Amino acid sequence: MKKTLFDKVWDAHVVDTIEDGPQVLYIDKHLIHEVTSPQAFNELEDRGIPIFRPQQIVATADHNTPTQNQDQPIKDELSKKQLEQLSVNCKKNNITLYQLGHKYNGIVHVMAPELGITQPGMTMVCGDSHTSTHGAFGTIAFGIGTSQVAQVFASQCLLLTKPKSLRVSVNGKLKNGVLPKDVILYIISKLGTNSGTGYFCEYAGNVFEEMSMEGRMTVCNMSIEMGARGGMIAPDQTTFDYVKGREFAPKGEEFNKKIAYWKTLPTDEGATFDKEYFFDAEDIEPMITYGTNPGMGIKITENIPVEENASFKKSLEYMNFEAGESLINKPINYVFIGSCTNSRIEDFRIAANFIKGKQKASNVTAWLVPGSKQVETQIIEEGLQDIFEAAGFTLRQPGCSACLAMNDDKIPQGEYCVSTSNRNFEGRQGQGSRTILASPLVAAATAVAGKIVDVTKEIKELELI
Amino acid sequence: MEKFTTLNSRAIPLQIENVDTDQIIPARFLKATDKKGFGDNVFRDWRYHKDGSVNTEFALNNPNYSGTILVAGDNFGCGSSREHAAWALTGYGFKVVVSSFFADIFKGNALNNGLLPVQVSTDFLKELLNTIENYPETKITVNLEAQTISVDNTNLSETFEIDAYKKTCMINGYDDIDYLLSKKATIEAFENANG
Repeated sequence: MKKTLFDKVWDAHVVDTIEDGPQVLYIDKHLIHEVTSPQAFNELEDRGIPIFRPQQIVATADHNTPTQNQDQPIKDELSKKQLEQLSVNCKKNNITLYQLGHKYNGIVHVMAPELGITQPGMTMVCGDSHTSTHGAFGTIAFGIGTSQVAQVFASQCLLLTKPKSLRVSVNGKLKNGVLPKDVILYIISKLGTNSGTGYFCEYAGNVFEEMSMEGRMTVCNMSIEMGARGGMIAPDQTTFDYVKGREFAPKGEEFNKKIAYWKTLPTDEGATFDKEYFFDAEDIEPMITYGTNPGMGIKITENIPVEENASFKKSLEYMNFEAGESLINKPINYVFIGSCTNSRIEDFRIAANFIKGKQKASNVTAWLVPGSKQVETQIIEEGLQDIFEAAGFTLRQPGCSACLAMNDDKIPQGEYCVSTSNRNFEGRQGQGSRTILASPLVAAATAVAGKIVDVTKEIKELELI
Repeated sequence: MEKFTTLNSRAIPLQIENVDTDQIIPARFLKATDKKGFGDNVFRDWRYHKDGSVNTEFALNNPNYSGTILVAGDNFGCGSSREHAAWALTGYGFKVVVSSFFADIFKGNALNNGLLPVQVSTDFLKELLNTIENYPETKITVNLEAQTISVDNTNLSETFEIDAYKKTCMINGYDDIDYLLSKKATIEAFENANG
């Protein structure tokens, strides 16, 4: 029987099957953070159940942390309490925690891959829907609710019905200035926000094969925005090279044995999928969103479509955009480069490369938020911080920040923010805020111009990338 | 978990598609460390204006509507995995959410909290929403055992799908932890075999 990448990893983790019901799936790694774990710890404590495999859990503080003055006490009492609760819970249960200020602290989906915690062929979960990010390594990784966090605490397993399979293939040559973020925004704009619901998605084709691990993570990260619980890309030499030598990666002979196994994981020739979509790389251009869900995206040079649907109209009304208009030249006062989608070193290199020798527009408040302490250090060591500062930008400290605005990084009421994050829902970046999703290149260009510009015209800079 | 068998109630219509979990419970209310109090902030930014005044145009604030059934547009619960969305809906008093489509994670979270997601056809949803808006006193019966949803005193009725295992859990008030703990020996055997 021909198997897909997903089948192979899933089948290797099935502990048991309930007749006419779900399967018991073993979870290799469980990542936790301060927001979706406290109620799960309480649940176990109330029921007198111990944590089954604390050594397979890794914790970080990210959603609720400040991105300035991290060495000082947290001002927000509720945030402070939630972070303290995480420390207490981890200590009590012998769980490794990379708390605020630790050299490995960072957004859960940035720090785990860069530490080599994420490896091909694993099953990974976290109480966060963007856990799909780790699928970039050929890992089954998906977001879970807090009740499921408690289930994994208690048994290192979950009860799940195997999802259907979906493959999205993109082949051809990407145009200059088209980044992984544009590829995934394009796919979601074509397929809509619920086409992947009930499915696990595999991304295939030369476009993904030629992408860096950072790019693959950006793509898999947004799988949930088309409804898919997770996305995967077959592990290959790029994957092995990325994992090799990282803190928690297998070493020496163990690593070679792992590689031999990882090489068996890619989808068998002739394996079938429940649904398949094909796209041409040449048709993709720098993308931008105009509405209040990630499926409402257009090429930056296109006009907003005209639709008669009530939800569509409500969305445009919220954004204060007109159907049929272009977004080029729209004044923008806020730019956010960060989030688990685009806060890795490659994203900051792209931004710095564009910004170098230019100046931030005076009307723009720009937040540059690295995904982890390690990314922050790399930005400084590579001299990118100097480029940002010379152009009038300030680098902040790592965290989820303005992606969901749980901390103080909130976009004010009515303001537009060109953001490299993943969701443009109403109020996502602060009450009344209006989010426009884009790549780090489009975000950097917006910050320099103070308005949305057609980056495809800025050929000179694009050739540098 | 509370048991669920049948429910007869009026319903609140929410004629909006793609209701995401950021709308159900905005992120700024996720700082609590227990499950209590989220009901007060369900749909916070739709129920209240930024100055704190009540948005009288929003369905939950319309005195004509009441009940423990929420009837919403397509693709309900998309977005974040926050279970706080399920806690906010149950905290407000909802026991059933009806839509033509549910996002995966939300659906699982709802089932794990005794909140029944009832997926109906697009046509049924349209008729149901119209009926409630025209006759807000309309009562709806949801029968989990029979897997039916029907509008009282009309011919409007439909069956709905639910995973057999989850149905048993809802009817008996069991949760997955109970089941998984009973499988501990099998899990340990799996670990030993896959060392």
